Amino acid sequence: MIYKIISKAEFKRFIDALVRSNSSFGPRMVDTDSRGEAVYQFQPVSSVDEIAFDYTRTASSAKHFFLPFRQELSRFHFHDDDWDQKVSYEADPVVLFGLRACDISALNILDDVLLNGHFPSAYYLAKRKNTFVIGMDHLPLPDCFCKSMNHHTVPTGFNLFCSDIGDEYYLAINSSKAFNFLREFETRDPQYDENCRLAERRKLISSSFRTEIDVTGLPAILDIEFDSPVWKKWGDKCLSCGTCAMVCPTCYCYSVEESFEPDLQSSSRQKRLYSCNLVDFAAVAGGHNFRPKNGDRLKYRYYHQHRGFAENANQQICVGCNRCGKACLAGINPKDVINDLRLEKDTCTTSVSSSPARS
Amino acid sequence: MNTDMGYKCTVTNIVRLTRQEKLFQIRIIDPVERALFRFRPGQFLMLELPGYGEVPISISSSSSNHEFLELCIRKAGSVTSALFNAGEGTRVAIRGPFGSSFPMDEMAGHNVLLIAGGLGIAPLRAPLFWINEHRNRFLDVSLLYGAKDPSQLLFTWQFNEWDMISHIGLHTIVEQGTEEWTGKTGMITELFNDIAIDPATTYAIVCGPPVMFKFVCGYLDRLGIPMNRMFVSLERRMHCGMGKCCRCMVGSTFTCIDGPVFDYWSVMNLKEAI
Repeated sequence: MIYKIISKAEFKRFIDALVRSNSSFGPRMVDTDSRGEAVYQFQPVSSVDEIAFDYTRTASSAKHFFLPFRQELSRFHFHDDDWDQKVSYEADPVVLFGLRACDISALNILDDVLLNGHFPSAYYLAKRKNTFVIGMDHLPLPDCFCKSMNHHTVPTGFNLFCSDIGDEYYLAINSSKAFNFLREFETRDPQYDENCRLAERRKLISSSFRTEIDVTGLPAILDIEFDSPVWKKWGDKCLSCGTCAMVCPTCYCYSVEESFEPDLQSSSRQKRLYSCNLVDFAAVAGGHNFRPKNGDRLKYRYYHQHRGFAENANQQICVGCNRCGKACLAGINPKDVINDLRLEKDTCTTSVSSSPARS
Repeated sequence: MNTDMGYKCTVTNIVRLTRQEKLFQIRIIDPVERALFRFRPGQFLMLELPGYGEVPISISSSSSNHEFLELCIRKAGSVTSALFNAGEGTRVAIRGPFGSSFPMDEMAGHNVLLIAGGLGIAPLRAPLFWINEHRNRFLDVSLLYGAKDPSQLLFTWQFNEWDMISHIGLHTIVEQGTEEWTGKTGMITELFNDIAIDPATTYAIVCGPPVMFKFVCGYLDRLGIPMNRMFVSLERRMHCGMGKCCRCMVGSTFTCIDGPVFDYWSVMNLKEAI
């Protein structure tokens, strides 16, 4: 990693040059919600003026640049009684600007899932390596709990990360591509004062979190509380719409579907992002459903996020952005569900007699 | 391994087993791909009918047969229905093989008890072939096989071969008999009365509908067969076969890469598994 200091004016010139000459996406205000608050999304940008540098959080995550809602896995062209199958792993180069630390952490988690193991995904790899990721730090929103998940800072997974230290940005340069781009702009090595301002900035971010969730020991609690009434309580509210998974930066489950083109000369095999909350997620041929109730499926989502993945990759999959909580039409959010589970646990531990004294 | 692009195959033979099930014999067209394709008993593959979709199907043929593969398919959804309408000569594609397998080498030197319910006989056919081909490596081998009614019993033409030629003690039972049926009627657990099981030297393989696992494995557990010597093959609707789509995920376990073959100890500790 190389660290540099760049003035905000020079940084804007750098970003402008970058987005003018590349296919680029950055945060833009697209609407206001029912309370009049701005709604931001990652949208195409062609100049620095189109970017909302002061954005809070995009409604949906940057996941869709790497895992599109629909993606063609292969295409069949029919002729006579035979076919040709084409598989393409190509991805156009893209600049993605303005990802928050937790969003980049989410990409690192997706890397773990999709690039490690016996079957790395060439489709994902093509998009990941062709995307130039520029991160920006930010002060947390009232409902952000990425500090609880330890994702309020990120050490890797980006090309360039900018921390706001007043009139300047403190740049963490993590790729030769980013370093070479920056050569043509005026930067300098950080001095003692700037290092102090970076430390102050990090302290400020860290102390600004207003939402905390105690996730220590959560995998074990989830195991123990498998039959907790908490799941029915929240399951009864859940609409099984799958919105939480769509906006989540780490939810990657998908289904595979095939369809003929109208001329019947070709067909396409596509993956479509799915949600474990959708009713048929665990259905098998013949009609049996391993998770028929809303509560079963809601529980499974928390299991995958906080236990299953933790067991496989030694970390919980949730990064604490609370996009799911914000988007949920039924008002379900991770903080309430997890706290409820803990309360359930606390209630029963208070009724247990204290440990026997040593004789 | 072919993960994104399948090996092209021709359907070389189709045998109708019941109203709902057919046995498809398929042959990989390219001789190099055919020579490369190897699987172990218990593994499955993704069978593709272009335009209609893919389905996970366990391999029912002998793992030493490199000329063709046999797949026992129940008409249950849109892809399998389309396959049912396909004739010999139809082209399909396969990806795989995927998943874990029965530990045939570990079982050598022991008694083997195979217990199948309904379509559960399909994944057990590969280990049965294996045992047939290496019969002198195993002690007593028994197959307990139950179905709803006599017309639902699959592979009846092989019963004689398994019983008389391969010396596999075959015991069948149906839930509802017919006038012609002279065999036993009742639940599959009643067949345990017909055989002597020595828990110290027995391995068990169980495959059938989810409700069967608990009864059968519970019984074998009470007999004293260690849970890590009972193997089950779980059914889930895999979409990728590679541990990515999560459709087959149970807890932290992927049925497609950690399974479909599990020892009972792992499964009984796995919530929602059976």
